[in-house]
Amino acid sequence: MDVLQLQRKLREHQAAMLREGFLDDQFSQLQKLQDESSPDFVIEVVKMFFDDSEKLLHNMTRALGQVPVDFKQVDAHVHQYKGSSASVGAARVKNVCATFRNFCETQNLEGCVRCLQQLQQEYSLLKNNLQYLFRLQEEIQAAGGSIPTIE
Amino acid sequence: MAAAADLFIQRLPEVSVRELHVLAVDDSHVDRKVIERLLKISSCKVTVVDSGTRALQYLGLDGGEKNSSIDFDSMKVNLIMTDYSMPGMTGFELLKKIKESSIFREIPVVVMSSENILTRIDSCLEEGAEEFLLKPVKLSDVKRVTDFIMRGEGMKGGKRSQKRRRSDDCIPSLTTELSPLSPSTLASKKSKL
Repeated sequence: MDVLQLQRKLREHQAAMLREGFLDDQFSQLQKLQDESSPDFVIEVVKMFFDDSEKLLHNMTRALGQVPVDFKQVDAHVHQYKGSSASVGAARVKNVCATFRNFCETQNLEGCVRCLQQLQQEYSLLKNNLQYLFRLQEEIQAAGGSIPTIE
Repeated sequence: MAAAADLFIQRLPEVSVRELHVLAVDDSHVDRKVIERLLKISSCKVTVVDSGTRALQYLGLDGGEKNSSIDFDSMKVNLIMTDYSMPGMTGFELLKKIKESSIFREIPVVVMSSENILTRIDSCLEEGAEEFLLKPVKLSDVKRVTDFIMRGEGMKGGKRSQKRRRSDDCIPSLTTELSPLSPSTLASKKSKL
């Protein structure tokens, strides 16, 4: 596949992620912060987000497995996750976190467990989509092309 | 006349090439990386720490006394930007400690939070925060804050304000328009702006 085709694929993929709500404007804002002096900024931030995700999802799982459940503790993890997902523009993850927090407040264990499952799903989908995005970027760069940003 | 002009030119670089040194405080790894980038793009020198305790340590306030072995000139912090919700010491508690310090109370403090809670915003502003920014923080927010601080720094002390009038054209940030419509501006002290 040549550079032009790759660039088109990348643009389409980014547009789809925005359209389907995986990403929001904050992601575009992060892309604008990337330049020659910080060429891997977005990938670095996203990698940190992946690390955060795994740690926090693990913490939530553990907290929900306690008897009795300490909902404040669960909420603290969800609050953190909501924050970092908002910071990278991970809109769907962020929205599930909002719902999750409500269930923590009402101490609804079933609701919390459902939200945790949803979070794991959303994170997994997002991770796959972003990794595909970054692979496309790498291929374009390897072929000597430039990366189109989200409009 | 010529002698006064020479004196003026000698002092000019001190004002125009001044780089703000910002201390950013956030327990989130992701947010630390983002705020650091935002500040660097806004031409600031940045020090990032992950807690209020570390912020106080950096400032030399942890012992509650001035640490005379610290070289204040090299570490001089012109602005503190702190997250509100942090484990241990919250951003609010950090704000209070800074405003209670006779040495550091003059340093402007900006509080950042993902939660738009009016009582929270009010108490931060009342405690002396310069501004309250909603997360995720945008480049325009950071630029507005740093431009404002640059102006404020230049206005302290009689000598400096005189220089400021004549050196207006040398500092591009002075012409930045503040947008009154952004959500975070609504939360800031309008009178100061």
